[in-house]
Amino acid sequence: MDWLFFTEVLVGGLLAGVMYSLVALGFVLIYKASGVFNFAQGAMVLFAALTFVSIQAMGVPFWLTFFITLVIMVALGLAIERVVLRPMVNQPPISLFMATIGLAFFLEGLAQMLWGADVHGLNLGFNDEPFDVGGVFISSFDVFAAAICAVLVGSLALFFNKTRLGRALRAVADDHQAAMSVGIPLKQIWAIVWGVAGFVALVCGLLWGSRLGVQFALTLVVLKALPVLILGGFTSVPGAIIGGLIIGAGEKLAEVYLGPILSGGIENWFPYVLALLFLLVRPEGLFGEKHIERV
Amino acid sequence: MKKTVLAVSLALTTLSGFVLAAGEQFIPIPSYRVGAYASGGAKFYGGMIDYLNYVNMKQGGIGGVKLSYEECETEYKNDRGVECYERLKGKSGGASAFNFMSTGITYATMERADKDKIPLMTMGFGRADAQDGTVFKYVFPLVTSYWSQASAKVSFIGQQLGGMDKLKGKKIVNLYHGSAYGKETIPVLDALAKKYGFELTHIEVPAPGTEQQSQWLEIRRAKPDYVLLRSWGVMTPSALKSAQKVGFPREKIVSNWWGGSEEDAVAAGDAAKGYIAGSFAMDGKQFPLIQDIEKTVYGAGKGNLSDKGYIGTVNYNRGVLSGILMAEAISTAQKKYGAKPLTGDQIRWGMENLNIDAKRQKELGVSDMFPQIKTSCQNHEGSGYTRFMQWNGSDWKPVSGWIKADSSVIGPMVKASAQKYAQEKGIAPRNCAAEK
Repeated sequence: MDWLFFTEVLVGGLLAGVMYSLVALGFVLIYKASGVFNFAQGAMVLFAALTFVSIQAMGVPFWLTFFITLVIMVALGLAIERVVLRPMVNQPPISLFMATIGLAFFLEGLAQMLWGADVHGLNLGFNDEPFDVGGVFISSFDVFAAAICAVLVGSLALFFNKTRLGRALRAVADDHQAAMSVGIPLKQIWAIVWGVAGFVALVCGLLWGSRLGVQFALTLVVLKALPVLILGGFTSVPGAIIGGLIIGAGEKLAEVYLGPILSGGIENWFPYVLALLFLLVRPEGLFGEKHIERV
Repeated sequence: MKKTVLAVSLALTTLSGFVLAAGEQFIPIPSYRVGAYASGGAKFYGGMIDYLNYVNMKQGGIGGVKLSYEECETEYKNDRGVECYERLKGKSGGASAFNFMSTGITYATMERADKDKIPLMTMGFGRADAQDGTVFKYVFPLVTSYWSQASAKVSFIGQQLGGMDKLKGKKIVNLYHGSAYGKETIPVLDALAKKYGFELTHIEVPAPGTEQQSQWLEIRRAKPDYVLLRSWGVMTPSALKSAQKVGFPREKIVSNWWGGSEEDAVAAGDAAKGYIAGSFAMDGKQFPLIQDIEKTVYGAGKGNLSDKGYIGTVNYNRGVLSGILMAEAISTAQKKYGAKPLTGDQIRWGMENLNIDAKRQKELGVSDMFPQIKTSCQNHEGSGYTRFMQWNGSDWKPVSGWIKADSSVIGPMVKASAQKYAQEKGIAPRNCAAEK
């Protein structure tokens, strides 16, 4: 056993997992607030990244571009809440889910209509040359992405657990009608959450766009978040992080050590097997909320 | 009375429409300008349409027959591709030939095209064994098939090393897209590894290929001399970024043409610098034809691209080449069947009697933009050459001449695979000698 290589695969997997967590966060945010699995999350990531590079291509400085795109994404989030979700308050979750499917196709089309279908490079100022830590090569970009993710998760965890708004949000997620009956302003809560989801989509779009180029395929990164959500639970921010780390490390180790036995290319389905195994033990996911039904 | 006038007007309108259509050669354009692959599709079909318009504007069509076309959006999806095929195949007197630029749609329409006697142009893609025209009468993998490209990649590496004998003992990794497309060249590469004595390792990247960390760590551990990249879409920039992460030199990565456009390289940023890809159509505006298209078509405000800046890009020039091959097939067929709108089957004859030699290339203003092409009833590929380009950070630059596929390896494999297909489908191979 080459332990140095093992460590390298493990570290690489953990860092990749952080990137998956970032995508999963977008889903968790919306789910916590509305109980909706937002199928349009990938489309929002594409929309954010495409908007950013298109504005930057006009010669606008980086931070100003970031600010303008943030405003656009928050406005988009608010518009989605106003036009798509608000009319559907108290509708069954499946109806809300179906609405987000339609929204995904609309956003993909809108992004290409507004900004064109071209592929763009995105440079966040990182050359991504690996650095050597005791013989283990670590990607500087992955470390940067992990740091960004840590800041984002820390802020969101504080927001959900320590603020009044965050607690209101959790109440809304539990039961729309009950939350409204005790005076929680559901519409405002949803608007804020969709605005924050727009911000998360922007950060995610920039990091993934920098890695893959800003192109339509960014919508596919959500595929990486699904096993993370199954494993970590749909309502837990820490769950998204821990789930991402387990999935990232698990899939890389499996590809390298089990792949050759199973004829390779197992990275796509192995995370789902891993997540399903966890579900056998904890059906609500590692950090999901346990629902107690009283008879 | 009103009804009678209306009916007569309608009949006249229909009749005039029919006469107009009957005087034109109809070319279906099953394009993809929205969706995941819109970036390349818009430029490719833009180039093709520009060339058709150019022929109409410059020469008044072919043999006095104007070219007409209609687009149908496939979004690169098989179901939509089949729908477009059905919608356009009978339009305006019948479709000349289809170029879907999609292996999946081509597979989905092959049997229909055979029944309808309409050629499918699969320039650089599709079934490699379709170059055997005795079995695949209506399919034309013109210029270079996947198998020919794989062989040319190995020959290119041989050239880089100083001769094919230097391949012996070298380590090469085939990093392929986890799909039928990705796996298609494995048997050819295995045969070439056996012939030249290099050590070949196949590593699969699960589609779509957004994440390749573990594959590249394996590559770093294997320490190969070269990596053959068989990528598609997002897999290309992801591979180049991952190679950078593990410190693998991009100069040692050789891809096929699906990974060799500006879109593929730009998306990877600095990580693409030095990366090499095969091509069957050179990019650039140095070709007199491309310059004249810009002057004539765009000068008249009839250009298809929304941004003129894309004229001369890899995908644009590939589209122009597609237009040239379509027009040359029509022109060749007219010599046999007369200068009039022709059927798909007649154009099939033109397509299998193409002869675009150096002289004809010069007349067209495209000397050395693509290899010389000479097809026949047996040979639907007509060339088998690939040229390699290197990304310098902003442009592709040629780093080889046109490299021919190793026919001693590819030829028997094509024959065997085509025969197997013929047996499965109950196709009696054509007797080309008798057809002459």
